[in-house]
Amino acid sequence: MPHPAVTSGTIQIHGHNGDQIEAYMAKPPGDGPFPGVVLIHHMPGWDEWCCEATRKLAHHGYAAIAPHLFSRFGPGQPDDIAAKARAAGGVGDEQVMGDVKGAADFLRTQSFSTGKMGVIGFCSGGRQTYLAACLLDFDAAVDCWGGGVIPDPNAATPAPGALVRMSPIEQTDKMQAPLLGIFGNDDRNPDPEQVNNTEAELKRLGKTYEFHRYDGAGHGFFAVDRPGYRSEQATDAWTKVFAWYEKHLGAPSPVLEPAAAR
Amino acid sequence: MCTYLTEKTEIFGSAKGPTGWFNVDTATIYFDHPYHAPLDHSLNIDFVNEKDGSPVRVAVELSAESARDLVARILSVLESGEAAHLQIGSVGAVVEEGGHAIPNNAETADLATSATS
Repeated sequence: MPHPAVTSGTIQIHGHNGDQIEAYMAKPPGDGPFPGVVLIHHMPGWDEWCCEATRKLAHHGYAAIAPHLFSRFGPGQPDDIAAKARAAGGVGDEQVMGDVKGAADFLRTQSFSTGKMGVIGFCSGGRQTYLAACLLDFDAAVDCWGGGVIPDPNAATPAPGALVRMSPIEQTDKMQAPLLGIFGNDDRNPDPEQVNNTEAELKRLGKTYEFHRYDGAGHGFFAVDRPGYRSEQATDAWTKVFAWYEKHLGAPSPVLEPAAAR
Repeated sequence: MCTYLTEKTEIFGSAKGPTGWFNVDTATIYFDHPYHAPLDHSLNIDFVNEKDGSPVRVAVELSAESARDLVARILSVLESGEAAHLQIGSVGAVVEEGGHAIPNNAETADLATSATS
C-alpha cells in the first residue's frame, strides 16, 4: 500500500484581531472529509520539527495546521523571528488564543473538514493547549509536557507592562475539551508533583481526561534530534494521541490512495 | 522546558553576520531549547543591533558546560590581555607569537605581576 500523498506548505490565515499570520498546513489527499487538528509550537518557534509533526498528523488522516505564533515579528527566517519574539518576552495568552482560534476557524470552513477539531501543543504550547481546552471550542486536546499549567508561586512579579499570562489551572472549570496529557517522569517542568496536582484538579471538577506518565523520559521526548528522545516512550505516546483523536474527533477517513487512482 | 526567562544586556562592539560586519548594541541571553544544536537545552546568545532594528543577528547555542568554560576563558583572557595592554601603554613591551605580552625589562615584569594579582 502506498503512503498518502500528503500536501503541505505555508499559507496565510487570519489570527487574533484579524491579523494576517503565517501557518503551516498539511492535508491528506482527497476531498475528505477530515477531522482537523491545530498544532501549537513551542517557545523556540515555528521550527522544522513542528512542521514534521503537522505532516505526521496528516499522514494519519487529519487536516492539520500550525499557526506561526511569532508571525508579527517577521518577516525573516523562523529562527530569527523566534529570537525577536524571545527578546520581546514572547507573546501574551490572549493573542495566542486568537491565533489558535483563527487556525481552527480556517480549517472548519474548508470543504474537506468534518467540523471536528482537535488541538495539540508541546512544551509552552502544551500550556497553551490546556488554556485552549478551557477557553476555545475544541473537541479534543493533547497537552504534551506543558510547563506552567500551575504557575510557579515563587516566580518574580511581572514587571509593569509585561505580557499577560494566565494561570491555566484556574481556568480548569471552563474546560470543555477532553484532555489527554503526555508527560515524562524525569521532567522538572512539569514535574510529577505538578502533574499530579493538575490531575487532581481535573478529577475534582469532573473533567474528561487521561494522563500518561512515562518512566525514563524527561521533557520533550518526542524530539528525534535531541538527546532526550525516547523512542519506546514516544512511539507509545503517539499511539495514545491518535487513539484519543479517533475517540473524540471520529475516525479519520482512509488516506491511503488506491493504486488505480495514482 | 520552555521558559520565558531572558536576560538582555547592552553591549558595544561589532559582529560579523551573513552580510558582513555590523554594530551590535544588545545581547539577549537565555537557557532553553535550542533551534539547531543537538541538545535538550542550551545557553543561547543573540547579538543584535536593537537601535537600528536590523533583522540581522549573530547567534550561538552552547552546551551549559561549554558556556561556563567560555565564560571562564573570556574572563581569563580579559584579565591577562588588559594587563598586557596596560604594560604596553605604560612602559612598552614586546609581543610574542600568540599575542602574549612579554615585558622588556624587570620593572615591567613587576608591573605585570601587580596588575594581575
